[in-house]
Amino acid sequence: MNKQGNTYTFIYASVMVVIVASLLAFVSQGLKPRQARNEMVAKKIDILRSVNVGSTARDAEKKFEQIIGNASYIVNSKGEKVDGVAFDVELAKELRKSPEQRLYPVYEARLDNGELKYILQLRGNGLWGPIWGYVSVNEDGNTIYGATFGHKAETPGLGAEIDNADFQKQFIGKKIFDSQGKLVSIAVVKGGVPAGNEHAVDAISGGTITSNGLAAMLENFFKGYEQFLKNIERERHE
Amino acid sequence: MSSEKEPLFSAKNMKLITTPIGPQNPITIQVLGICSALAVTAKLEPAIVMSLSVVFVLVFSNLIISLLRNTIPSRIRIIVQLVVVASLVILVDQILKAFAYEVSQQLSVFVGLIITNCIIMGRLEAFALGNKPWPSILDGVGNAAGYGIILIIVAFFRELLGSGTLSLPGIGTIQVVPQLFYDMGYVNNGFMILPPMALVVVGIIIWVQRSRDKSLVESN
Repeated sequence: MNKQGNTYTFIYASVMVVIVASLLAFVSQGLKPRQARNEMVAKKIDILRSVNVGSTARDAEKKFEQIIGNASYIVNSKGEKVDGVAFDVELAKELRKSPEQRLYPVYEARLDNGELKYILQLRGNGLWGPIWGYVSVNEDGNTIYGATFGHKAETPGLGAEIDNADFQKQFIGKKIFDSQGKLVSIAVVKGGVPAGNEHAVDAISGGTITSNGLAAMLENFFKGYEQFLKNIERERHE
Repeated sequence: MSSEKEPLFSAKNMKLITTPIGPQNPITIQVLGICSALAVTAKLEPAIVMSLSVVFVLVFSNLIISLLRNTIPSRIRIIVQLVVVASLVILVDQILKAFAYEVSQQLSVFVGLIITNCIIMGRLEAFALGNKPWPSILDGVGNAAGYGIILIIVAFFRELLGSGTLSLPGIGTIQVVPQLFYDMGYVNNGFMILPPMALVVVGIIIWVQRSRDKSLVESN
């Protein structure tokens, strides 16, 4: 058969595409359960890290069961509980809705010392792709107890440093509301935060767009959780 | 030509591995694959995993193209090469996600970008299309290793000077510069983690290599 002819070329290309497609489909299907499990465990590690509990892929599920278990629910922008499973909420989908219609997952962590922390879930955009995070808040609904952030594709060494523990430590003790109860969120600023500023952390050098995206994400979601946070503060005083 | 069978690791075959590591290095001599050398070398661990992924992709794509070399219609040979490379890259990506989830999170888009690495298409065009499978495998090992070694050298210096740490797969990040230095006023060179410094480090490597081997210096 003429190897330079059209017929040969077409047959060659078609056969190749069919072989490659079925091979990749087969591999993808075969590995999917493992990948889904990895993702679920990674999510649990992230949630635990936001209350400053370190875990590995091996013990994450056990620790999650101990500290959080089933104490999770979904709230809406008015701070009311709605039906559904918090773990199944995909913020990527929620972000496409208008802010009033979004669902916000909340996890309640009961630490070993008996303290109760509320874990909020966030998602936004970095430079190359989505960024996300979990922020845990004290019972006053204002002071941040811990924070952890992750990203899909930020530049290693630059924007990707938002998942660095030293960066995340800065958030501990920062406040979401000012003394009048007005939402101010937490800014990510260049050039050093003055000591005593409760509403800002240092940005990452070389990661300006990621830092800005992070600040926007915090503000966006603190707004969404605002009523919920005010409710827990009010309930505490009743 | 003698009808005697050539030994697997004959001097000629070994040269296929050693020349791309040294005098025909894809990064420092042919200046290919610079893009990913800039992107993944801010830390050592992603650079090592990236190098291993490139070894896998280049060896297997060289082998597959070499096996198919007499059947590929020359008019669509680039497309055939791309399909082979892309499938292997997707395989690597899926396997990393299933068995090395943390590392796959760090490498993120760069695994996918192996497809566009000029070294791979370059070796397929220049070598695998015209050579037998075994020499093609060796050529793949040699070129991927030549690429990987430079990547690892660059990442070593960038992470050491830029972050004061070294990260290794399976071990994690090790603080190399002692805290004492920081207490005495030592500061990490933030420049090193920015992409342009990868070019400067590659430039220094090229300089060192050429001053040691005068035959590499062009006369003009």
